[in-house]
Amino acid sequence: MTVEFNTAQGAASTTAPVQTEAEFKNDPTATLEGVRGKDVTKAAKRLLKESAERGGGSIQMQDVVKIYPGSTKRALDDFNLDIKPGEMVVLLGGSGCGKSTALRSLAGLEDIQGGRIMVGGQDVTGVPVNKREMAMVFQAYSLFPHMTALENVAFGLEVRGMGREERRKVAMEQLELVGLADQAKKYTQQMSGGQQQRVALARALAIKPRVLLLDEPLSALDAKVRVQLRDEIRRIQLNTGTTTVFVTHDQEEALAVADRIGVMNKGKIEQIAAPQDLYQRPATEYVATFIGLTNRLPGASNGDEAVVFGQRLPVLPGSAKGDAVTVLVRPENLTLSLPSRNDSNVGERAHVEVIHFLGSLVRVDTVVTSGEYMRWNKGNQLKVTVQLPASELPAGLAIGDNVVVAPRPVAALAC
Amino acid sequence: MTETSTTAATGAATEASATKPPQLRAARVRKQSIIKFVILLVTLGFLFIPLFSMLIFTLRHPLSGRWSLAPWVAIFTGNGESLGADLTVLWQGLGTSLALCVVTVVIMLLLMVPTMVIVHIRSKALERAIEWVATLPLTIPAIVLVVGLGPIYRWLSADVLSTNPIWLCFAYVVLVMPFAFRAIAVGLNSIDVKTLVEASRSLGASWVKVFFRVIIPNLWQSILSASFISIAVVLGEYTVASLLGRMNLQVALYQLGQSNSQISTAMSLLALLFGVVLLVALDLISDAMRKSKEN
Repeated sequence: MTVEFNTAQGAASTTAPVQTEAEFKNDPTATLEGVRGKDVTKAAKRLLKESAERGGGSIQMQDVVKIYPGSTKRALDDFNLDIKPGEMVVLLGGSGCGKSTALRSLAGLEDIQGGRIMVGGQDVTGVPVNKREMAMVFQAYSLFPHMTALENVAFGLEVRGMGREERRKVAMEQLELVGLADQAKKYTQQMSGGQQQRVALARALAIKPRVLLLDEPLSALDAKVRVQLRDEIRRIQLNTGTTTVFVTHDQEEALAVADRIGVMNKGKIEQIAAPQDLYQRPATEYVATFIGLTNRLPGASNGDEAVVFGQRLPVLPGSAKGDAVTVLVRPENLTLSLPSRNDSNVGERAHVEVIHFLGSLVRVDTVVTSGEYMRWNKGNQLKVTVQLPASELPAGLAIGDNVVVAPRPVAALAC
Repeated sequence: MTETSTTAATGAATEASATKPPQLRAARVRKQSIIKFVILLVTLGFLFIPLFSMLIFTLRHPLSGRWSLAPWVAIFTGNGESLGADLTVLWQGLGTSLALCVVTVVIMLLLMVPTMVIVHIRSKALERAIEWVATLPLTIPAIVLVVGLGPIYRWLSADVLSTNPIWLCFAYVVLVMPFAFRAIAVGLNSIDVKTLVEASRSLGASWVKVFFRVIIPNLWQSILSASFISIAVVLGEYTVASLLGRMNLQVALYQLGQSNSQISTAMSLLALLFGVVLLVALDLISDAMRKSKEN
């Protein structure tokens, strides 16, 4: 994407003077200096405009504050976000965490009380929605009911003053891109939810937006269509190279499509990182518990290493120090063995409560037998979930059996 | 037949033969359809007997008992001299009322549609306030309204405008407001205005474009029905015009009724028919519009 962007810019700067030189030759009354002088300003202006249009991809949101009228709570609390051109960033979080507000502020649909929003290096904080050159796909079906699918897609082009024939052609191409060319003449009521969202996506892409904004576009669809459309959105996004911000509450969706995921909590991004990083190296307890399953185990940490159930394991940066900390260990980073086979002195005795067969994987819910962790766990029994390949499950393991659970020496977060 | 006996009979019938329960149900359905028919007949009678009486009244001279088409001929030829009636008042009243329909509808639409759209998007609280205000004229009797309007119109006709009955349009806009509000509110609530506006705004449309290209086309049916209902109200309005001393169709009909009640009644029937045709047309048009989109 960056390469493409650079060459396009280069092309603009080299072609501009050539054209005007030719113009100059056709105009004998013009003086060389005068034309050159005008040329430079013209070319410079054109270059500025071109670079603003093409380099539109990058986004910086700096210390954005949003307070809804009638509320004292900050929906966005010094919110910061930096997105590279062509990147697909997913904002993930529970309801009320401010993810949609962040997107709507970026789009200009919400007035912000503080901070700055830059797109392609330009400050757009005061620019109205219709001048921001962004396009949005909404959670609710947002197609214009009085227009056909084709007219819907062509709407943004019509607004931009494109000719009738040309915008029909471009709109048709966009419909083909989302696989709905045969539905061009249909009205909203005649299409399924999935088809409507596809048309909405085509409509958004038709205007070649600097930024594509997706506000939970899949949450109204049924499970199968959701997976299909989400993969398609990612494919199209990679093809067009459009900078995209995707808001969702569904972590599976986020993990599947994102270049980077920003986990949001209370109007702020807790951590923004690639999906794998986020899962393996969570920075905060919120992130660790929000994404995937995690066990909260008692341990002691010195800031570099922690001891959990007698096993030493490295801790992630930002971990807490102390004799009584909580270490967050993923179910697949725990081992499970029968007490008779267990020759090391590492691990804690537990008994099996439930066994879930998940096909190639097995998830075993156990309860630690010893009561010494009860007080640490506020009087509740300490439950530990272990996930392991079905082939590693001890043969004949049944509910109520005694086992030994121990963490693997994989980096975990202590807090 | 009570419910228990029906179920008992059904139970017995299923054991004996399978043909009996449907017969029982058929009997009930038949009884229900007779009741429905009777209710329909009574309602239609209630509605149509006065109209029918009016029609007979226009055809049969009440004193001589002679049947003739003379009042209708007088209306359609525009010459009531044979019956000793001066029809110019009637034409004047009709003209005024039709002009009032147009002006009232135009002012009502210009006032209500943008206001309601803006309020619908911006503020739910304000929308409720406007709903309350718009519904007020329905709860205030026309006579009471006129008491308030009287001084205003005295000032309007003496100092600002003239005594021309067309200026009744301001009072009529107030009168049609509750009906127009309802009709437009139904339209606004049937579409997701907020999302449509946001979608078109984010696609680059200016507010003007959003209004004319997105909102109005989707409110078309409601606007049509608001207009038609307003026309029906304006055509049938008597109290305000009469008490303010302006001539409109209904006032003219009343005056004519003093000299020739047959022509007056015939004209009332025509006005009524016009209103019915208007509302039926509204139904047909909106039906056709809906169908053209679904097929």
